[in-house]
Amino acid sequence: MESTRKDDVVKFENVGLRYGLGPEVLRDVSFNLRAGSFHFLTGPSGAGKSSLLKLMYLAHRPSRGLISLFGRDIATAKRNSLPAVRRKIGVVFQGFHLLEHLTAFDNVALPLRVAGTRESDIKRHVEELLSWVGLKSHMDARPPTLSGGQQQRVAIARAIITQPDILLADEPTGNVDDAMGFRLLRLFEELNRLGTTVIVATHSRALIDRLGYPTMSLENGELTKLPSNEGGLSNV
Amino acid sequence: MFNQRTDLPLHKDPSNRFLPWLIAFMIYLATLATAGVMALDGLLSHWQAGVTHTLTVQISPNASEKKTEQVLSASLNLLNRTHGIAHAKAVPHSEIMTLLEPWLGVSDTVESLPLPILIDVELLDGVQINMERLLKDLKKIEPSASIDDHSVWLERVIRLTQSIQILAAAILGFIGFATIGTLIFTTRVGLAVHHSVIEVLHLIGAKDSYIARQFANHALGLGLKGGMIGIALAGPTLLGLGYLSSRLEGMLLPDVTLTWIQWGGLAMLPVLTAFFASITARLTVLGTLKRMT
Ligand SMILES: Nc1ncnc2c1ncn2[C@@H]1O[C@H](COP(=O)(O)OP(=O)(O)OP(=O)(O)O)[C@@H](O)[C@H]1O
Ligand SMILES: [Mg+2]
Repeated sequence: MESTRKDDVVKFENVGLRYGLGPEVLRDVSFNLRAGSFHFLTGPSGAGKSSLLKLMYLAHRPSRGLISLFGRDIATAKRNSLPAVRRKIGVVFQGFHLLEHLTAFDNVALPLRVAGTRESDIKRHVEELLSWVGLKSHMDARPPTLSGGQQQRVAIARAIITQPDILLADEPTGNVDDAMGFRLLRLFEELNRLGTTVIVATHSRALIDRLGYPTMSLENGELTKLPSNEGGLSNV
Repeated sequence: MFNQRTDLPLHKDPSNRFLPWLIAFMIYLATLATAGVMALDGLLSHWQAGVTHTLTVQISPNASEKKTEQVLSASLNLLNRTHGIAHAKAVPHSEIMTLLEPWLGVSDTVESLPLPILIDVELLDGVQINMERLLKDLKKIEPSASIDDHSVWLERVIRLTQSIQILAAAILGFIGFATIGTLIFTTRVGLAVHHSVIEVLHLIGAKDSYIARQFANHALGLGLKGGMIGIALAGPTLLGLGYLSSRLEGMLLPDVTLTWIQWGGLAMLPVLTAFFASITARLTVLGTLKRMT
């Protein structure tokens, strides 16, 4: 189980996390994720799903244990090497974290601009993706003027615009109806088919049952169901 | 470059309203101080040239006009032979009268006054003259002879002027420090205010330099804006002062005007300030972000 494989993009070893002086919200979390896998992450509210994802997108450092991404120990990684790692990870935050002063278009364009992509390429890509998520007519709208579901779609578009190697989605369909939810998940599957490793934290039983990908479960800060070793790739 | 879309809503910060005016005020003061230093520089070199290039020899008039003539020609002879003197010539009587006119008026009484004989002496560049020996030789011809080499009072004025220059330069440095301090402070406030946006940018993969560039461009814009206002206010002030000094010129101050190069230098001040503002913002952001995470 603990063996390291070349195609493990994420590896946790006895990871613990506490916020400040509080109790450990994650305890002894150990797992490997194979490149190109697709997993749901479930568990009751407060179990630590968002916290686990935060560790993976490098928003927090673990209080103990070892995390490697793409085969590199992130504890020893230099600060100026982190942006390059983060650019390979797309994140749909639970609270969206859209920039309110930017238009939907500019929000989605942000990861490309940060990475120095040419403006002409940006325009083409962003318009195409926003059309796909049904926001063609809202490209110039600012997030506060959008509905919850529309904001969520902007957040999803921003997370996948760079075709990341890892996609972490925290409740990405919480604010949309089932039909839109499935449509958005189709985007994730498309990306997964191209090689992206996907983790979707969700409470939606319907989603899990319908798509049938393996799940990992957290309960009270402990992993109770580990990722499946042949998740994702077997679906290709 | 300045209309660049920014990912940070810096254009909405409250500091945008006061910072350009603060910079404008600083530029205004800095321009006046710099112009002062430059103008005094002009005066100084003028005066220093005066010190090194001319002397006046003064001889008391003698009872007999014939003796006076003899003394004058002997003195001129001596002076013109002295190494380091380009040439010496007596100041004509009429010129002395013109000099005295404002005080004594024109009348026959004045004409008959026993006026001293003045000899204007022009020196060669870069040759040191032994003043003591020259005076001793002159006194052999006429014991009342004296040399006024202008240096005593001019040196005092020069020293005073130099102190004023140093003071102006110190003020300039102080203005610079105050401005940089303010910029560092407002940049730090900006980082704190936009903390959550910066966090998102970081998570999306932005480097510190990407974030720093936005602050730097913003500071560049503010600096240019403030600089323009400052120079727009300083220009008329300087022209006004120049006009006033040109009216005083006849009395004491020769040539308190600036050269075109100096005017150009002053015009560069806002650009330089904007440039430094941008570098200050950039370094502040880089330093602060490095310490934050
Ligand atoms: N920034 C924080 N500071 C302190 N405690 C935190 C912080 N974020 C989360 N927690 C705590 O960590 C625990 C796990 O929270 P987390 O957000 O990971 O749960 P979750 O599984 O994502 O829940 P939900 O399904 O409601 O989103 C909770 O007890 C929460 O109170
Ligand atoms: Mg959560």
